[in-house]
Amino acid sequence: MDQDLVRDISSLDLTERVTINQPADLQSCVNLKKTTAARICVGKAGTRLKTETYLRFRADHAVAMDAVWSEVDEKVVDQLGFLKVQSLCKNKDEYITRPDLGRRFSNETLKLISENCRHDADVQIIAGDGLSSPAITSNLPDIYPMLMDGLKEKGYTTGDPIFVKFARVATMDRISEALHAKITIILIGERPGLATGESLSAYMAYESSTKKPESQRTVVSNIHKNGMPPVEAGAQIISIVDAMMEAKTSGIDLKL
Amino acid sequence: MKLKTRLFGKTYEFRSVREVLAKANEEKSGDTLAGIAAADAAERIAAKVVLADLSVSDLRNHPVVDYETDEVTRVIQDGVDEEAYKKIKSITLGELREFILASPAAAIEEIRDGLTAEVIAGVTKLMSNLDIIVASKKLIVPATCNTTIGLPGTLASRLQPNHPTDSFEGVMASVFEGISYANGDALIGLNPAIDTVEQTDKILRAFRDFMDKWKIPTQNCVLSHVTTQMEALKKGSPMDLMFQSIAGSQISNTAFGISTALMDEAYELMKEKKSSKGPNFMYFETGQGSELSSEGHHDADQLVMEARCYGFAKRYHPYCVNTVVGFIGPEYLYDGAQVIRAGLEDHFMGKLTGIPMGCDVCYTNHMKASQNDLENLGVLLASAGVNYVMGIPAGDDIMLMYQSSSYHDAAAFRETSGKRPMREFEKRMEELGIMEDGQLTERAGDPSIFTQEVK
Repeated sequence: MDQDLVRDISSLDLTERVTINQPADLQSCVNLKKTTAARICVGKAGTRLKTETYLRFRADHAVAMDAVWSEVDEKVVDQLGFLKVQSLCKNKDEYITRPDLGRRFSNETLKLISENCRHDADVQIIAGDGLSSPAITSNLPDIYPMLMDGLKEKGYTTGDPIFVKFARVATMDRISEALHAKITIILIGERPGLATGESLSAYMAYESSTKKPESQRTVVSNIHKNGMPPVEAGAQIISIVDAMMEAKTSGIDLKL
Repeated sequence: MKLKTRLFGKTYEFRSVREVLAKANEEKSGDTLAGIAAADAAERIAAKVVLADLSVSDLRNHPVVDYETDEVTRVIQDGVDEEAYKKIKSITLGELREFILASPAAAIEEIRDGLTAEVIAGVTKLMSNLDIIVASKKLIVPATCNTTIGLPGTLASRLQPNHPTDSFEGVMASVFEGISYANGDALIGLNPAIDTVEQTDKILRAFRDFMDKWKIPTQNCVLSHVTTQMEALKKGSPMDLMFQSIAGSQISNTAFGISTALMDEAYELMKEKKSSKGPNFMYFETGQGSELSSEGHHDADQLVMEARCYGFAKRYHPYCVNTVVGFIGPEYLYDGAQVIRAGLEDHFMGKLTGIPMGCDVCYTNHMKASQNDLENLGVLLASAGVNYVMGIPAGDDIMLMYQSSSYHDAAAFRETSGKRPMREFEKRMEELGIMEDGQLTERAGDPSIFTQEVK
């Protein structure tokens, strides 16, 4: 059946791929290629890219664009038992252009959070779409149960998980001020690069607050299957929780 | 000073020069985010009408940030050539626009040093994209470090061989690839992932060794924070160019960790210890919107704040300045049309300020912009006479996670505009068999040229 397929350019392994016509030293090119993920040894058609290089670039950009503009499949967060809320943004376009609105909630939403979620837990987990919905869809089902198990094993109490649509990182400060967890963690989609559209970051803060500077946050980034795998990231997050509980601080004040 | 007009029966009144400037700006999402943009298209034009009737002296006398509270304002105002200013202080901005479009380069150069950032941004707001290109093309601003950038007929490129972990081998692989496309005549400059003195020194030496071994006439640079570079310089690093990101207000420069006093010190240190010839050895980067993002915009629009960056840069006689136009994101420049406009504006404003201007023609994946927008802006800027653009492996920066012009693009901008690399660099490319008659050869585009024995 696969013989009906035009070659899948997205699955080409580029780590050793050299597409220069008659290089002076092919083996040297292969060796250079192995040292960087940069798109080198691609050759040229006149002054322009070859067709394969051009289409692969466009394919990578297409996936990145789609990651920004798509929405999280709500079934994923429903199945994990997240309470779903939304920032003040009404749609994706407003989310992209108004970071100020993406950091805040309406009073009704804050009331809903306060009335439906556990207060004063040790750790509160939030998930937010941020700039990549696939980051949540592909990583949350792996990282969230692992985090919950790990935290429980260490004897920490955990809050009710919350999913924020059109979320900026600073929504964690508002939720922290409503629920007073000791540590608040938001798992949020990163701005996609060409290498992956599925990268997730975890921002963590001790007594997270709108009154503190951004430097209150400790971050674990590049969480995705070809970066830091979710299981490994989960273990790292839990060890940072331990360190924050011990030091009663986070961000630049926390020496890891 | 009149701040009121009527358009199609409706009266528009503005409270200040700053408000006129903001509302007269072409549409930018950053001005909307700041809450200072025109409410609708008609108000934008009304503001342009009022702006066109203000005099050069009105703009000079009403800087968007007070002289007493802001050192960038002081640098610009104190740097004005009063003789040049006297010649044009009474004309309106509408007249200044026509003067720039109609006059030969020499006449514009006579008054250039009399213009403040507010005047430069103001006249830019009265110009269409093609007006800007026509005017830019006349403004030749060369500068000399080891080699001379910005001469007529040339288009240079900064080779940007970034790597997510600064791997020495990985960085050099991208350098080999770039030089093999005749990129890197402006400079070879790395944005380091790790901002330390050791790393800065190591990469500067690697670039220097490569340039010496292969006799490549260019400049080396590592774009760490200026304080890191100063330490490296004190320890004897070979540094041709010193880099820093700058902004258009004191508050935003503080956010970048710099001040006039610090930059003065850096400049003096560089003058004494640099490894290049000069007299120009500073490199600055800017970009519309950075003042708003660090809450230092003082309710002024992002174009006028950008022009103020150039006024600040001028104090240090830079070898090159570039606007990283599409890096900041869609909350400041929403889409391809806004980025293209901003790129043309910034290049023009820099040249009108009298600084040697390049552009990082680029976009991020959360903007409504594409590869086609990038290429369009590059061709327009080549036509406008931009001094240099970036060169990145196939346009994908794997460290900064954005797309900029590729090695191929820089070559194609030269091809379509009939431009050549800087002369001494092109000569060496010819010796290496990479260029012939101003074109890349068949052999070009092969990094393994530089894994062989030196020719």
